Amino acid sequence: MIKLLEARNIGKRFGGLTALSEVSLTIAKGEVYGLIGPNGAGKTTFFNVLTGAYIPDEGEFVFNGIELPVGKPHLVVEAGIARTFQNIRLFGQMTALENVMAGHHIRTKASVWGILTQNKHTREEERLTTERAYELLKYVGIERFADTVCKNLSYGDQRRLEIARALATEPQLLALDEPAAGMNATETTQLKALIEQIRHDGVTVLLIEHDVKLVMGLCDRLTVLDFGKKIAEDVPSVVQKNEAVINAYLGGGKHA
Amino acid sequence: MDQLAEAIPYLGKRNPKAARWLVIIIALVAPIIAMMFGRTWVRILDFALLYMMLALGLNLVVGFAGLLDLGYIAFYAVGAYTWAFLASPHFGVHFPFWAVLPLGAGFAALAGIILGFPVLRLRGDYLAIVTLGFGEIVRIFMNNLNYPVNITNGPQGINALDSMNLFGWDLAKSLTIGDFQIHSLYFYYYFFLACVVGSIIFIQRLQISRVGRAWAAMRDDELAAKAIGINTRNLKLLAFSLGATFGGVAGGLFGSFQGFVSPESFSLMESIAVLTMVVFGGMGNIAGAVIGALILTALPEILRNIAVPVQETLFGHVILDPEVLRMLLLSLAMILMMLLRPGGLIPAHARYSRPELVGKGVRT
Amino acid sequence: METLLQQLLNGLVVGSVYALVALGYTMVYGILGLINFAHGEVLMVGALTALTVISTLMGIAPDTPPLLLLGVGLLAAMVVCMIVAFLMERLAYRKLRNAPRLAPLITAIGVSFLLQTLAMIVWGRNYHTFPQLISTTPMQPIEGVFINPIQITTIVASAVIMVGLVLLVTRTKLGRAMRATAENHRVASLMGVDVNKIIALTFVLGAALAAVAGVLFASNYGIAHYAMGFMPGLKAFTAAVLGGIGNLGGAMLGGIVLGLVEAVGAGYIEHLTFGFLNSSYQDIFAFVILGIVLIFRPTGLLGERVSDRA
Repeated sequence: MIKLLEARNIGKRFGGLTALSEVSLTIAKGEVYGLIGPNGAGKTTFFNVLTGAYIPDEGEFVFNGIELPVGKPHLVVEAGIARTFQNIRLFGQMTALENVMAGHHIRTKASVWGILTQNKHTREEERLTTERAYELLKYVGIERFADTVCKNLSYGDQRRLEIARALATEPQLLALDEPAAGMNATETTQLKALIEQIRHDGVTVLLIEHDVKLVMGLCDRLTVLDFGKKIAEDVPSVVQKNEAVINAYLGGGKHA
Repeated sequence: MDQLAEAIPYLGKRNPKAARWLVIIIALVAPIIAMMFGRTWVRILDFALLYMMLALGLNLVVGFAGLLDLGYIAFYAVGAYTWAFLASPHFGVHFPFWAVLPLGAGFAALAGIILGFPVLRLRGDYLAIVTLGFGEIVRIFMNNLNYPVNITNGPQGINALDSMNLFGWDLAKSLTIGDFQIHSLYFYYYFFLACVVGSIIFIQRLQISRVGRAWAAMRDDELAAKAIGINTRNLKLLAFSLGATFGGVAGGLFGSFQGFVSPESFSLMESIAVLTMVVFGGMGNIAGAVIGALILTALPEILRNIAVPVQETLFGHVILDPEVLRMLLLSLAMILMMLLRPGGLIPAHARYSRPELVGKGVRT
Repeated sequence: METLLQQLLNGLVVGSVYALVALGYTMVYGILGLINFAHGEVLMVGALTALTVISTLMGIAPDTPPLLLLGVGLLAAMVVCMIVAFLMERLAYRKLRNAPRLAPLITAIGVSFLLQTLAMIVWGRNYHTFPQLISTTPMQPIEGVFINPIQITTIVASAVIMVGLVLLVTRTKLGRAMRATAENHRVASLMGVDVNKIIALTFVLGAALAAVAGVLFASNYGIAHYAMGFMPGLKAFTAAVLGGIGNLGGAMLGGIVLGLVEAVGAGYIEHLTFGFLNSSYQDIFAFVILGIVLIFRPTGLLGERVSDRA
């Protein structure tokens, strides 16, 4: 197993509330890794700390053997980690195509001077960005909506668009925050196929999900969080039988 | 340019090519027609072009990047005072046009960065108030820096600025060929027009580029923009300094065109006026900024010429003087636009991509 | 030493006025997340209304006792300001409650300039002398330190009003409804609070305070003018931010602190900058303080609420 991401003793507090405490996990290259837990267990906080939106109080992330910068989202993306949001966050006034093109920003270099003079490099880069954006839209299956302003897309298509936009940053690790939330059965099945395709094409996936069935069917390994602490980590079939996990989901009276 | 053409009712959609030519022809013959109504109107057109540059620059900051800047006129002031310091009898230095204008633009850009650094972490409405404060501070300094060392000459301002001299050709002098005289106001008009067209081309190129898309992304959702790797701090600084550059250039042109500068020209009301032009025309839209600037510069002048005589005949004296009318018009334009048509006169259907580059259909 | 005391005293007077206006900013911000840019203009409307009423009364009944004159003028100012604020909220802001974040602010700027323009039409561009109905003859409680009755009135009136407001907000049912609305509109309405009414009331209440501030301000300086509201408005906003916007105590503290800093600063700026800057730079203090507070402590002196609503 080749380590891609290693989280070491991540801790995060908000005032008196401990959102994460001593969370460690290792994600291998090429796997789909699940992160589950009841509401408020700290999953999204973990995402936010990982992607630089929050600064952790303790611990660090090591990505590809290099420590990730803290509190600098754009550097995290540059290092090769992209994310989606639980409540879809697209750029409302842009078309689907332009959303994906914006996602390519970090991999392009044209300067203001280049843009002003429209030199060869800038034009070529712009053409490649456009081409690549079309490819990605096709990849997630919404190429026909390329010129639609994104807020007019259906919910499922918006989810796909957000994934395409994240892929445009050319990540090695794609972190999906509840991608199946609000989807119907058909859409969920299609999403599952898409995630498998993404993994097949060499991108490691970190998945937060509520849909236990999806997680169990998709993930190679997973970690269960409860009250900000890791209570289990293993392959799905083992985790499913773990007593602490069953208690967390059912015992405490909290809903799954 | 295309956006302007597209904005023409009917024609713009049906025959873009004809609409384009129409815009070009109007732009070229406008001063000649205006001259028929008197020299003042050409002067007003010249000012409208300056306001267009300001509106285009502010639109870049407010419309593209989503940063509400209420102190924008300060950059205009920096450009104008740069001209006044370096090309007037005030300090007795007379640098040439091609040296002063870029310097003014550079100082304005620098001022943009200096203002930008501390304030860019602020949220929208706080940013607005702090930039307003910045504009006021600049004005207070212009007003008072005549003591103990006379730098700005205080509220009186600085007179007798050098006129624009394009490589030996003085724009302020009318040209006489035989009996035929071309008034200097024409030269200013076409020179300013060239500047505006240049600005439009530059800004349009920026809009459809990685930078324009990143600004739009930041404006639409800052958190998501960060999550796709956009360095929002640098892009905000870029927006501030580029916007300021336009202000600085316009300020320099203003100073030399008008021949004198004083703090009065750079009051908060002027910042608000430029903002109204952007809002009225349509935020985030190049055509909107141009049309907004044109209408809101010309309309008060038209009102001045109609309302004053009308009032005199009706009431025997002037009840609403032109300055009051202008303020009334601007404030009402701002409120009503926000309430009734928040997208502005020409709501932005801004494009940030050119699918035709890879042979895909053009968006309709 | 006497100079410092004198400056502190002057600062306290101006600061009380800032505090009164700041309360209006902070209440509206707390409940709507809106910077009501036009709030300063309400102060101006108050002062000029009072001026008109008082001079008319003086014309009709020259023998009216000055205090009665002032009372009637103040009452009229409050009523007019409350109407102005009510209309402002109803016609301009209500429609924009769920609009994109910059829209209400831009509208507020428009309203501010509209009010100034209207005032210019009604009262002209000239400076008006505001009748000084309370004596301005200075007294000398300490050798070298002067204070006059109108200054005392300003401080006392502001203090009384502020205490009243705090009691209103913390002790009454109306106050509870206001606080509930500030927390969460939807939940408040589910609890049976008429949110629209509460918001309107907040505006009206703030306007009444601004009217008082306007009359006190004009009485102190003996002058009223269509643009007089802008600077105090901006400074009151600074005061509200300084104290922690959305926080009543903060607005009062911020107002007083700003008044003191300004007065003392203006007195010593020439000294501090070796004569380079003089007291005509007084207005810069507010902006500099505003910038510093927003950048380094955006929650203000007392604010703990992290407002993230824009």
